[in-house]
Amino acid sequence: MVSPNLPNFPAVEVERLTVRFGDFTAVDDISFSVSRGEIFGFLGANGAGKTTTIRALCGLLVPTEGRIVVAGSSDVRTIKGRVGYMSQRFTLYDDLTAEENVLFAGRLRRMEDRRIRERFRELADFAGFHSPPNTLVRDLPAGIKQKLALSVCLLHDPSVIFLDEPTAGVAPDAREAFWELIRRATSAGKTVFVTTHYMDEAERCGRVALMRDGRIIALDSPEGLKRAAFPEPFFELTAPAEAPEDWPARVRAVPGVHSLSPHGLRYHLAAAAGARWEDALPAGTIRKAVPPSLEDVFLRLVEGPS
Amino acid sequence: MRGVSLEVRDARKKLGSVPALDGLSTSFESGFLHGVIGPDGAGKTTLLRHLIGLLHLDSGAIRFLAEGREIPFDELRPFLGYMPQRQSLYADLTVSEHLDFFRDLHRVPAPAYREKRARLLHMTRLEAFQDRRAGHLSGGMYKKLGLMCALLSSPEVLFLDEPTNGVDPISRREFWELLHDLSSETLVVMTTAYMDEAERCGRVHLLDRGRFLASGEPRQLLEREGVPDFDALFRRLSKFGDTILISPSVK
Repeated sequence: MVSPNLPNFPAVEVERLTVRFGDFTAVDDISFSVSRGEIFGFLGANGAGKTTTIRALCGLLVPTEGRIVVAGSSDVRTIKGRVGYMSQRFTLYDDLTAEENVLFAGRLRRMEDRRIRERFRELADFAGFHSPPNTLVRDLPAGIKQKLALSVCLLHDPSVIFLDEPTAGVAPDAREAFWELIRRATSAGKTVFVTTHYMDEAERCGRVALMRDGRIIALDSPEGLKRAAFPEPFFELTAPAEAPEDWPARVRAVPGVHSLSPHGLRYHLAAAAGARWEDALPAGTIRKAVPPSLEDVFLRLVEGPS
Repeated sequence: MRGVSLEVRDARKKLGSVPALDGLSTSFESGFLHGVIGPDGAGKTTLLRHLIGLLHLDSGAIRFLAEGREIPFDELRPFLGYMPQRQSLYADLTVSEHLDFFRDLHRVPAPAYREKRARLLHMTRLEAFQDRRAGHLSGGMYKKLGLMCALLSSPEVLFLDEPTNGVDPISRREFWELLHDLSSETLVVMTTAYMDEAERCGRVHLLDRGRFLASGEPRQLLEREGVPDFDALFRRLSKFGDTILISPSVK
């Protein structure tokens, strides 16, 4: 991968960004900055304003108020030349071949065909895209398609990459491989801005911003978010298969129990120190002190009081 | 017609030159929430389209059973509900107008409709959004509207194609609670690409490249293979390609 020789500015700076559509405020006075080489996670409920923010940062949408600097520039044209954007669904044309997609994307960027092919060879190598170039995109498995989409998004060597749910529907091993690519891109100096509904992926981000109703309600490292959201003791409970169905309700009723929520086959419990919840557990329940997951953090912060 | 179960035996289907269903066998017993789980391209949608009679197998069989006998598909048809994966609602109709439209489509009688409508709106917590157009709903609310439309005809068997795809963790959680409540009286078969959702199903059917890697109760499947989660289970089984079937324990 070609490492861009850019001066050491923050990759993204946002000051009091507001985007309104008519009388609806999609993004409501947010400020943050992202440093070069960072993996920055962007989480929030559907409709919280994540995609609108990304579109503003890519220069696709003019902010109502506020100032943004992306890859060292506030000029929309310059920004567009320095960012790559991989949206969830519409990045590649299903009825074009892999090569046609690459050429199309490169020519839109006004790159010469010779340069496009040269870049694509490097990127295919980087991303591990080994399918024949004349394969129709619709015949590629989801994981391979995403590798191609990432290569196309990197074609013009952008310094900031926006990935909107890049791994939705991708098999576990391909998801793993994709995150390895993200890691390698950032160690080569790229900045990655990523949204995801997979909380295990959010764990891999350097910092995570949580959006609700157009505002950023928390921004920290995954560990920092967990400490702030759950200062109290936190446990994982595994009830035996034969436990009575109403046991969670009984535990929730114990004074000092703040939350008990299902986590796959297990339960996560947050309770004040000294709360007597252990007495209410079914016999044979395994309890273990664990850190909360980012899903717990998400549920508490996004559902919690403003 | 109560307690419908479904059996699939050696189902095969080629789409073009691709074996989309490559010798699938499993059973969907009544009384459970069934999850068909696999990545994009595994064959989830193709399987559902066969189960609801939109496509026909090249070979193999799909049998519906109820009240101790096999039910011919035509007899069962009015009792099936289906929520497709693609956005299939009308962007310019409101929540309320959608319910009225599907009432007419399914010929739901007026008194039953009033009661049903109130119950569905309450269950999905969409009472306050009745006048909002579908095009302006968030991803989670849109999926809930789709679910309500599929439930208006009171189906005995409900097929949902990726109802939680692209839905945030809170809405996903709510959706799962809805499905759990439904599955006590309806056979629910849903598909998802999120492996972590496997643990929330009563029965899991892990699908990869047109074949089932495993079918059974989630806890038993994980214990039997000694893996911590379904990501790990999928990785392991996808590599070796043999199928594990665990017969359901008595509930």
